[in-house]
Amino acid sequence: MTLEMAVAAAMFVGVVVYALFGGADFGSGFFDLTAGGSERGAELRTQVDRSIGPVWEANHVWLIYVLVTWWTAFPEAFAAAMETLILPMFLALFGIVLRGASFAFRKYAETLGQARFFGVVFALSSVVTPFFFGTIAGAIASGRVPASGRGELIGSWVNPTSIFGGVIAVGTCAFLAGVFLTADAARAGSAGLAATLRLRTLSVGLVTGAVVFAALVPLERDAPTLADGLETRAAPLIVLSFLAGAATLWLLWTRRFALARPAALLAVAAVVLGWGVAQYPWLLVDEVTIADAAGARATLQGVLIAAAIAAALVLPSLAYLYRLTQTEAWTRPDH
Amino acid sequence: MATPDLLITALTSDLDPAGLMPARQQMALSLGWHIVLACFGVALPAMIFWMHWRGVRRGDDTALLLAHRWAKVSAVLFAIGVVSGTALAFQMGLLWPGLMGTYGDVVGLSFAFEGLAFFLEAIFLGIYLYGWGRIDPRRHLWFVLPIAITGVVGTYCILTVNAWMNAPVGFDLVNGEVTNIDPWAVLFNPNAFWQFLHMWVAAYMVAGFSVAAVYAVGLLKGRRDRYHRLGFLVPFGFASVSAVLQPVVGHLLGSRLAETQPAKLAAFELATETDSGASPLRIGGVLIDGVVRYSIDIPYLGSLFARNSFTKPVQGLDTIPVEDQPPINMTHLAFQSMVGIGTLLALAVVIFWVARWRGHDLLERRLFLRFVSITGVLAVVALEAGWIATEVGRQPWIVYGIMRTPEAAGNNSGLWWLLGITTVVYALMTVGATIVIRSMARRWRAGEQDLPSPYGPRVETLASSEKPS
Ligand code: HDD
Ligand code: HEM
Ligand code: HEM
Repeated sequence: MTLEMAVAAAMFVGVVVYALFGGADFGSGFFDLTAGGSERGAELRTQVDRSIGPVWEANHVWLIYVLVTWWTAFPEAFAAAMETLILPMFLALFGIVLRGASFAFRKYAETLGQARFFGVVFALSSVVTPFFFGTIAGAIASGRVPASGRGELIGSWVNPTSIFGGVIAVGTCAFLAGVFLTADAARAGSAGLAATLRLRTLSVGLVTGAVVFAALVPLERDAPTLADGLETRAAPLIVLSFLAGAATLWLLWTRRFALARPAALLAVAAVVLGWGVAQYPWLLVDEVTIADAAGARATLQGVLIAAAIAAALVLPSLAYLYRLTQTEAWTRPDH
Repeated sequence: MATPDLLITALTSDLDPAGLMPARQQMALSLGWHIVLACFGVALPAMIFWMHWRGVRRGDDTALLLAHRWAKVSAVLFAIGVVSGTALAFQMGLLWPGLMGTYGDVVGLSFAFEGLAFFLEAIFLGIYLYGWGRIDPRRHLWFVLPIAITGVVGTYCILTVNAWMNAPVGFDLVNGEVTNIDPWAVLFNPNAFWQFLHMWVAAYMVAGFSVAAVYAVGLLKGRRDRYHRLGFLVPFGFASVSAVLQPVVGHLLGSRLAETQPAKLAAFELATETDSGASPLRIGGVLIDGVVRYSIDIPYLGSLFARNSFTKPVQGLDTIPVEDQPPINMTHLAFQSMVGIGTLLALAVVIFWVARWRGHDLLERRLFLRFVSITGVLAVVALEAGWIATEVGRQPWIVYGIMRTPEAAGNNSGLWWLLGITTVVYALMTVGATIVIRSMARRWRAGEQDLPSPYGPRVETLASSEKPS
């Protein structure tokens, strides 16, 4: 593997992990939004707090990891993407800012009115943000970001591939969140909540799965390079995603919530990975390849060293954090 | 040229890209906002550690209570610190494509290590904040330490970038091409150290004085219990050590400027021309049509402070081409505000501790408490002023001597809209955080330890029947 490829792979690992764990955090906003009035929704909202409270900041850093690796290793492609996709980037950014702030505010809010207000902001921005990330992925994958100069300000991210990308992002986030929340609720002994969540997650999963496969048709015309990759090199991943998705639904149906989690992660990881593999070797599809976009070699080596240190330090700490959240003491209600 | 003229020229010049002015404003707003939270992110964990340690070691429940409450406040501050930091990561690319496209791989590694530090910070933050009552107290205490350390490491890394913009290293410019890139030279660049040290100490001042101010207000209102005294003394102790060190560190930082950035130094010192002997210290004053007005000049001190010498003058603005000069007045006034406040705060803490040592407790003096209750704001003003001095004083360069700021900006007049939205969002976040933290404090005073889940209407009958009547 060349140096550039190794760095691109390290960066893409960040994309996949952010899609999975950041995605599950975003998706909880969907269930929060649809939880119902303040009385009926209280249990679910408390569960959302408990599930993502300790981990959301850590999960969020994957995004920063991706951004930083991108501009460090592939600076010109980064500048190009930022120039063309300035609108969805900013919209996603505002979503992130509003969401993080209001999540913290609502947890410590004084009155029901305040908690409601911050809660609505949190939930809405959580649902909307992945949509913009999806459109960004769509814009890059359909070759709408020119290597230099300015692409279309609107058309680059408002087009069939981007819209499908956005919808799929929202759906997969909600699906992941549903699977995790159901498992958490069941573990905490909230049987009623788990039952409600189970049904909603099943429907979200069915709809999202349908959209993913429906998207393959318009992609054929709108993003030929990507579609070609999806049908050849990435085809096994798409099949894997289908199988894992179906398995998740079946596990949910048969109430094996703990097992449904890895299956759901696999399903989503396979889709995201499929996108990456399908657009290889392009960094910006039809415009710049990974090899051509790479910055200075010394810097690429530095990035790999940083990534290796991160793997050695961050992964064990992260694993410890996740393990703690699964213990009995952390499942108990807050103090 | 006076500042307004420069601003107007910058606003109307046809040569400047449309994205320049809004990008500058947006950068100043979002950085100026982030930096305040960053200070709490750097310094609060250390103060919490101190309190928590004391609580565990001495079985001091008051200290434990304080540590726990500070941790809750920090949860809110951290959250908005993290999102505003993320905003910056986006903005580096969105606002300055010319900078990131050209020099992204030069400074990127510093950002990568910063990201690494913040990753660990976020993880241990989750463990520490949610670990209250869930992890054995003696072990729990140690989880705050990595946060305190990673915050400092992250600060160092980010400051290497700023120091690099002030004194670029780690690459060669051959025929306009950036070559021989050495990102490690940026990460370990010699100018970063003093800037980092100054910033680190500033963070302890900001957080220390701000927290002390809260308890000073409590003491003023007659809440003179041990809880308030301890809550005052620990952060005030942190702030005191930092306030005394800061002028020394600042002086050492400034004495490099004569070599690295003479234009900035001239603006700081309002040196219109190179004096033939020692330069005076100019206190106050503005430059109007090339003449210094309304300043108090103290002979020799300018050279002593800026150059460590009674003879070497400060290089004057007359030696620097007009197109390479920063906006003089803004830089000068910002710089002097910082130094003025720094000197005042250093004096104040010295007076407090000397008086205490001689047996006078200034906590009994209302005047002193009143003063302490505004030191938090003063420290924040000094911090902002320091950054304005640094950043505006580097103009017209974004990378000193290498790249002018207009070259870094994109061509986006639409950025004005985004600036408007950003202003509104940040204002709302400020209001939100204030409301939430105040309401927390109110509940604590009312004797409620834990905030009830706010999501459902409270069952009033239950709540009231539980209360002892
Ligand atoms: C609580 C905040 C605070 C206080 C009390 C001071 N400073 Fe400061 N100063 C900063 C906060 C700060 C800062 C905001 O953190 C800056 C901006 C950039 C930097 O690295 O630190 C800074 C920059 C800065 C610079 C510019 C460095 C450059 O552009 O390369 C100089 C020369 C000084 N300071 C000197 C001083 C002196 C002599 C002080 C004496 C009292 C002082 N500062 C107090
Ligand atoms: C390490 C941290 C920082 C970095 C990397 C950084 C970077 C930048 C960049 C790239 C610009 C735009 C180019 C320019 O105008 O020169 C800028 C401008 C500016 N920054 Fe910073 N900055 C940092 C910290 C801060 C902080 C904490 C403040 C707080 C107030 C601040 C205030 C400003 C201001 C006022 C400008 C506009 C200057 C002008 O255009 O006249 N900066 N900074
Ligand atoms: C002197 C300037 C700066 C200092 C001292 C500083 C310090 C910090 C600290 C201590 C945090 C931890 C969060 C918290 O504790 O609230 C933080 C967060 C962050 N900062 Fe800054 N920062 C500075 C400038 C910047 C700049 C210029 C950028 C952008 C490129 C940036 C990007 C970030 C990011 C992305 C985070 C979030 C990391 C996370 O999720 O934990 N910071 N900063």
